Amino acid sequence: MTDQLLFFLEVVVAGMLSGTMYSLVALGYVLIYKSSSNFNFAQGAMVFFAVLSFVGLMELGLPFVAAFIATILLMMLLGLLTEKLVLRPLTNQSEETVLMATIGLGFFLEGFTQAIWGVEVRKLDLGVKDFPIPWIADNLKLFISALDLVAAVVALTMIAGITLIFKYTKVGLGLRAVADDPGAASSIGIPLKNIMFFVWSAAGVVALVAGMMWGARAGVQFALVDLALKALPVLIIGGFSSISGALIAGLIVGATEKILEVFLGPMVGGGIEGWAPYVMAILFLLYRPEGLFGEKIIRRV
Amino acid sequence: MKPIFMTFTKEDFINFFVIMVVAVAVVPNIVPTSYWYVSILIPFLCLSLAGLGQQIIIGYTGQLALGAAGFMAAGAFACFNLILRVPGIPFFVALILSGFIASAFGILFGLPSLRVRGIYLMVATLASQFFIVWGIDKFGWFKNYDTSGIITVQQIVIFDKPLTSPLAMYLLTLGIVTVLTLIALNLVRGSTGRKWMAVRDMDIAAESMGVSLLKTKLQAFAISSFYCGIAGALFAFTYLQSLEPAAFSIKLSFQILFIVILGGLGTINGVFIGTAFILLFPVLLNIVGTKVFHGAVDATIISSVEQMVFGALMIIFMIFQPLGMAKIWENMMLKFAPKPDRRLTS
Repeated sequence: MTDQLLFFLEVVVAGMLSGTMYSLVALGYVLIYKSSSNFNFAQGAMVFFAVLSFVGLMELGLPFVAAFIATILLMMLLGLLTEKLVLRPLTNQSEETVLMATIGLGFFLEGFTQAIWGVEVRKLDLGVKDFPIPWIADNLKLFISALDLVAAVVALTMIAGITLIFKYTKVGLGLRAVADDPGAASSIGIPLKNIMFFVWSAAGVVALVAGMMWGARAGVQFALVDLALKALPVLIIGGFSSISGALIAGLIVGATEKILEVFLGPMVGGGIEGWAPYVMAILFLLYRPEGLFGEKIIRRV
Repeated sequence: MKPIFMTFTKEDFINFFVIMVVAVAVVPNIVPTSYWYVSILIPFLCLSLAGLGQQIIIGYTGQLALGAAGFMAAGAFACFNLILRVPGIPFFVALILSGFIASAFGILFGLPSLRVRGIYLMVATLASQFFIVWGIDKFGWFKNYDTSGIITVQQIVIFDKPLTSPLAMYLLTLGIVTVLTLIALNLVRGSTGRKWMAVRDMDIAAESMGVSLLKTKLQAFAISSFYCGIAGALFAFTYLQSLEPAAFSIKLSFQILFIVILGGLGTINGVFIGTAFILLFPVLLNIVGTKVFHGAVDATIISSVEQMVFGALMIIFMIFQPLGMAKIWENMMLKFAPKPDRRLTS
């Protein structure tokens, strides 16, 4: 292999691996959209809240595992409160109204998180370094960050797990029923409340994991919320209700933005990464509005 | 019987007259320090104007666009470059041209609205936010190859007289905002606005009645970003008096979205109520912080609390009063009205 080709391959692989981090965030959106047809704009704020709480609890002296469990409990509580105080009163409201309410929820959470834990940037050490893995670098001549690889494995595991839950468990069946028709689902005895609680908790756990991966790379800070915005194009490309779509779109977006940044960036002074995903999303919307794997909803606009 | 929103009543003219007298004659006499002009009144007017733009696209046309700050940046930098590069260009001409430049961007980034809506459109319009600000930041020409990052804008010169005092800036902004508000009120009331609202309420029905979706939506985007562009130019020239791409971040876009939602979707007066709230609430919170807690509460906590309150209010409004503060205001006015409101009885 020539050096140029190798370099290109390296850029693609690195892009795809870091793209799985977008997938992780997008997964949280998909979970809630799939089961309630609500778009939860607050997912980014939930990522921020979860990981900052996790780091904050560790700073208070809790060991890693205890802090992790405590944060999960916290996210479950948050899910419960959100369901009770925000979504329940907005049942049967228009999509836009719920969307606006979740934007409000996001702002509230961001403020709340900063009021409790402060605004300093914190470090998160997961024991995995953001450096190339020596073995791969020596043998395959590819420089791949260990953190990227771990994130990719974690993302794959979570996506596989959630897919299995949706497909093969009773809860998953209930989830799909509720997503299809909440009224019909509750009339045959599916406990809507429990289902929504489960979904929001799951989204909370996903948010925590996504936040830990991002936090280990970029530091635990407010900028995580903006990073989470970048998961929106991923979501559009993958389709709002497709779990595997989130993964594949993450790979596509990650690879494309890295390629553009590395090969086109120097010509224009860099920073392409900031907008490339959104422009990709626009192009996708023009061609295939339902995303790669989304359900095709025929509705003229 | 004419529809309610079509009529201007005598009360409306009286209200307008009273507001103008207060704004032009009373405010300059009772506002003592330039602080109020510089940090409350001028930003109030600029943000209201941007809010009007956002209101047209979200509240009247029902297109969930979130990128007002991008169009504001386009307007601000267009105005800067026009004054810099076209010798002898009058300020008003530059201002209006920069509005049109922002309009062009609005049409370009409004194109996705022809195919998608809701959250999809929101993400598509986010592209305008990031792309425009990035473009200005990366291509030195827009910034006149200034390396310091923050450019000082030119002085506003009107009929060979430079405007320097905060009061003059305030009056200039007030004049422009008044004219544009009146235009907006008329647009909304006329066939243009009715087409917008028809598209908002049910696009398929609107189309079958002969409303061209393509024309109506792009027109709404064009006019909306025209307002945002002018607002951005005024924001830079009268309020910030400097220019940097970072000033037009996504945060500003969200702020403008909040103005529209808290103020009340689909109302013009709601924009002004919402802006006043967004600007005055932090001031109030700061006063509480210093007077009640004697500075014991950290400034960062105060700004976090501010964010929490805005977020919580947004949820509360969505649940209890989706029509926003304008509706609350209207209900109050109805309660205190001495005689039956004419608009409801005519």
